[in-house]
Amino acid sequence: MFKHYFEQVHNVEIWPIISLSIFFVFFVGLLVYVLRIKKDHISHMSAMPLNEDDPENDLTSSR
Amino acid sequence: MELEHFKYDNKIVKYFAIATVVFGLVGMLVGLIIATQLFLPQLNLGIPYTTFGRIRPLHTNAVIFAFVGNAMFAGVYYSMQRLLKARMFSDMLSWIHFWGWQLIIVAAAITLPLGLTTSKEYAELEWPIDIAITLIWVVFGINMIGTILKRRERHMYVAIWFYIATFVTVAVLHVVNSFEIPVTAFKSYSWYAGVQDALVQWWYGHNAVAFFLTTPFLGLMYYYLPKAANRPVYSYKLSIIHFWSLIFIYIWAGPHHLLYTSLPNWAQSLGTVFSIMLIAPSWGGMLNGLLTLRGAWDRVREDPVLKFMVVAVTAYGMATLEGPLLSIKNVNAIAHFTDWIIAHVHVGGLGWNGFMTFGMLYWLIPKMWGTKLYSTKMANVHFWIGTLGIIVYALPLYTAGVVQSLMWKNFNAEGFLEYPNFLETVTQIVPMYMMRALGGLLYLSGAIIMVVNLVKTAKQGSFMAEEAAEAPALEKKKVVGGHWHSALERKPVIFTVLTLVAILIGGVIEMVPTFLIKSNIPTIESVKPYTPLELHGRDIYIREGCNNCHTQMVRPFRSETVRYKGEYSKAGEFVYDHPFLWGSKRTGPDLHRVGGAYNNVWHYNHMLDPTSTSPGSIMPPYPWLYENQIDPGLTAGKIKALRTVGVPYEEGYEDVANQDLKAQATEIVTDLKSFDVEIPETAEIVALIAYLQRLGTDIKAEPTANK
Repeated sequence: MFKHYFEQVHNVEIWPIISLSIFFVFFVGLLVYVLRIKKDHISHMSAMPLNEDDPENDLTSSR
Repeated sequence: MELEHFKYDNKIVKYFAIATVVFGLVGMLVGLIIATQLFLPQLNLGIPYTTFGRIRPLHTNAVIFAFVGNAMFAGVYYSMQRLLKARMFSDMLSWIHFWGWQLIIVAAAITLPLGLTTSKEYAELEWPIDIAITLIWVVFGINMIGTILKRRERHMYVAIWFYIATFVTVAVLHVVNSFEIPVTAFKSYSWYAGVQDALVQWWYGHNAVAFFLTTPFLGLMYYYLPKAANRPVYSYKLSIIHFWSLIFIYIWAGPHHLLYTSLPNWAQSLGTVFSIMLIAPSWGGMLNGLLTLRGAWDRVREDPVLKFMVVAVTAYGMATLEGPLLSIKNVNAIAHFTDWIIAHVHVGGLGWNGFMTFGMLYWLIPKMWGTKLYSTKMANVHFWIGTLGIIVYALPLYTAGVVQSLMWKNFNAEGFLEYPNFLETVTQIVPMYMMRALGGLLYLSGAIIMVVNLVKTAKQGSFMAEEAAEAPALEKKKVVGGHWHSALERKPVIFTVLTLVAILIGGVIEMVPTFLIKSNIPTIESVKPYTPLELHGRDIYIREGCNNCHTQMVRPFRSETVRYKGEYSKAGEFVYDHPFLWGSKRTGPDLHRVGGAYNNVWHYNHMLDPTSTSPGSIMPPYPWLYENQIDPGLTAGKIKALRTVGVPYEEGYEDVANQDLKAQATEIVTDLKSFDVEIPETAEIVALIAYLQRLGTDIKAEPTANK
């Protein structure tokens, strides 16, 4: 049934190949980037919610 | 570098927080009322405005858009200013956003009980309110992007990405799903019909869960959880993968709401596959949240904020495992249309959204009022009563769902349905409805305790509307190098566009074939547009929210074709259904083959007092349908509007339509008279009977339908 619907689309064979490529490239690219990311950048980013308070603003003497 | 001095706007956060609490209580209360109506239908007091079908959408809209929505805005306005080291872009936009959103909520609270609804779940609000939502959402977006552009922090923290994705995607979803043709000031028909309408609706509905209830709250999790635990998120790398894979995959999963329906099979399979893939990013995010607490678990014992957040994240994990499992077709065959789904969404709603909001409020209020929480003990009581509430809510409904579904499907040794009377399967689970209401009551009680605690906290502190801060201005010099993602984190506009592309790919691939390839919806020659009287009846069906309890979708199971005495529903049968009315829950039986199943007087008596024809029924009576009259003056407008969206009424038919309307009404009234029932031809019940008697009969008339 699946095939029947799509046979009417011109050049339908290319669609799944494109989809697979999009996914493959996307996730491999993401993985490669994440693995190569520099450590100091990561620690800078992850500390962001914690660094924002100036001590003088901090009324609750921080949790 | 020179330090710039500026002030954070806490007042807007305070207002959104107050709105969160107020509408949270209202939304939960309405939920408790409808939960009670399921075993005590008289609780509607016999008036239309408080009847289940009208106020169930009020409950869902209130908790989603008013409670969770305001909580999201409170959390976003607080965290965004601090993460970007900048005041919000424009105070005026902030306040337009706040008051605009509250006005929309009030408009919803008025129109929904009045029965002004599109019938599409979580998108029930009629077209003028849809336009208002669009405008206010754009205001929120401008304010957010503006703040990002004037930030003093070069990189955008992961929470901000989630906020951007929320803004972009909700905008796309809302606009696409709200295409409708106005008939009157508060009545419209969906632009799409039948299968296509269903696909668009559940692409929207599923992603409303994804991008209104999930992504903004993940953003909040990535900010407030590290804040409360006072340690950075477990893995920032994981959060990058979490973000991109979540938004890339989530958008495809909508069709899992339509398994075994008339939606083309390939689209159903697509929904299943992507739903299962979703486990990975969802659990990545959950683990990232929980592992943030590594080495700090002792604090969870003492700090109510962390307690709430741990249960919230755990509930997120449970709901996002359960969701993919429910998307597997054979699990879905049992769970769909039952209370299992209600339990599932409430684990997410009460656990994830509710507890995350509570945790955030317990953290925010003392912080902004410069004091400590009034009573940790009360917060702990709230925590336990709330947790207990979730359990007492969900467990009976899981049981109810499975019990009822198995009863629906049970055949005896002779090959007949063991429970041919639908009502038997309802009375069986009424005790579980009672327990569920108790769970809701516990949860609401906990929320009330929180309100007292927060008010007392605020009273003992002093609110700081403007919080001074300082940070160096962002240097204008061009930063080069770094990996592409850290470059992306510096370029909010490109980031936003990429997010948009990521979510559009899935939506386009799902929808374009369904709309363009004709064979996806095989037409059936005998299926004809509704008659004028049936159209009026259908609009009454929509007004009363019948679709909240009754489906119009006989799935291709023997247990259903036998129970509902007809063929399973075909895609081609719905081509004139603007909007589709398949429903998502069977509190009552399916109605797609109800046409001709009972005589007119049965419907007449049933709607007047359901227990007279169906003893033990939990359906409320609809006495007002016998007093209210339809307005034939609207017929022409309805027909013209439907013709515009593609229903083949002949040109000029609107001028003579009321003759057909009268003829059909006379026929029904005459038939009723033979049973000693007197009713005017224009009474609403006559139109409703006409519609119900039409349902699903088109292909009964023509057995050689082209399948």
